[in-house]
Amino acid sequence: MKEISLHILDIVQNSIEAGATRVAIAVTADSQRDLLTVAIADNGRGMPPDMVAKVTDPFVTTRTTRRVGLGLPLLAATARQSGGTLTVASAEGEGTKVSATFGLGNIDRPPLGDMATTLACLLAANPSLELEYRHRAGGREFRFGASEFLGKLDGVSFSSPVVYRVVKEHVDAGIREAQSKGGIAL
Amino acid sequence: MVKTLEDLAKIKDKAKATLSARSAEQSTKVVIGMGTCGIAAGAREVMAAILDELGKRNLAAVTVAQTGCVGLCDKEPLVEIIRSGKPKVMYGRINAERARRIVAQDIVNDQIIGEWVVGTKA
Ligand SMILES: Nc1ncnc2c1ncn2[C@@H]1O[C@H](COP(=O)(O)OP(=O)(O)OP(=O)(O)O)[C@@H](O)[C@H]1O
Ligand SMILES: [Mg+2]
Repeated sequence: MKEISLHILDIVQNSIEAGATRVAIAVTADSQRDLLTVAIADNGRGMPPDMVAKVTDPFVTTRTTRRVGLGLPLLAATARQSGGTLTVASAEGEGTKVSATFGLGNIDRPPLGDMATTLACLLAANPSLELEYRHRAGGREFRFGASEFLGKLDGVSFSSPVVYRVVKEHVDAGIREAQSKGGIAL
Repeated sequence: MVKTLEDLAKIKDKAKATLSARSAEQSTKVVIGMGTCGIAAGAREVMAAILDELGKRNLAAVTVAQTGCVGLCDKEPLVEIIRSGKPKVMYGRINAERARRIVAQDIVNDQIIGEWVVGTKA
């Protein structure tokens, strides 16, 4: 994938397919350790230990439409190629946390890309998802919480195309501000 | 506060007005393939273009949903148009520009774009 935000969109699809109602995404840049960390935690049905152990193997999938699962193996490959790792922690009935690290300054690391469109699309197509996003870079933080935002919308749903635009512009502006003040563009 | 939040009051009114229109009109659903195969082929930009176009045209009667891989990976990005009382139409190899044309021609004007259709289902 050309952007880390596309991987994030894809990994959240796994959470949704696992019945998650809450998904928390955290993107953290640590320039001292030259590390970019992306964590996606959900409250979906989780996986048994033997599945967790081999989930970055493409031949492990519960999909019936295709014999291979591509999402996690692709993210693992992207992380590794930029000097990072992928870890998956999961407990049945509790949820799953996928964590990927990347070399922050590694030339093979894809850019974070269009995170605003990723989040706005997720909410437009899954309007009741309790989505949280936390972006930390250069000592600056931007947070977006779907439930809190929804409170300001006074009964209008995330499924409205008008709200889609508002969410996208809000996240875009928040990330841009955090990046310009923190001096780290991801 | 960012400007977009200040604009929220206006947006709320607009969205509420169109919301009542939504329940009154016959509903149309757009389903976009969002498995890894779809996303790698450009599904996010397709969904973004459709939502943007719907917003510009104030088409609140249309809802946008997603699905996983349906086994037609080589035809992704896939866009399915579902309308009550009509056969479902599945479009394949859609990009942002084509997605906007689907909104204008199929959703608004009710004309199927035959050359992009990969399947129909009653
Ligand atoms: N968050 C999660 N919760 C529960 N199970 C998960 C989660 N993420 C992945 N899995 C399990 O791991 C399998 C592999 O995931 P992966 O994303 O690699 O492929 P896929 O989702 O099956 O197919 P693709 O991503 O190619 O569309 C899934 O089929 C699912 O069974
Ligand atoms: Mg997947």
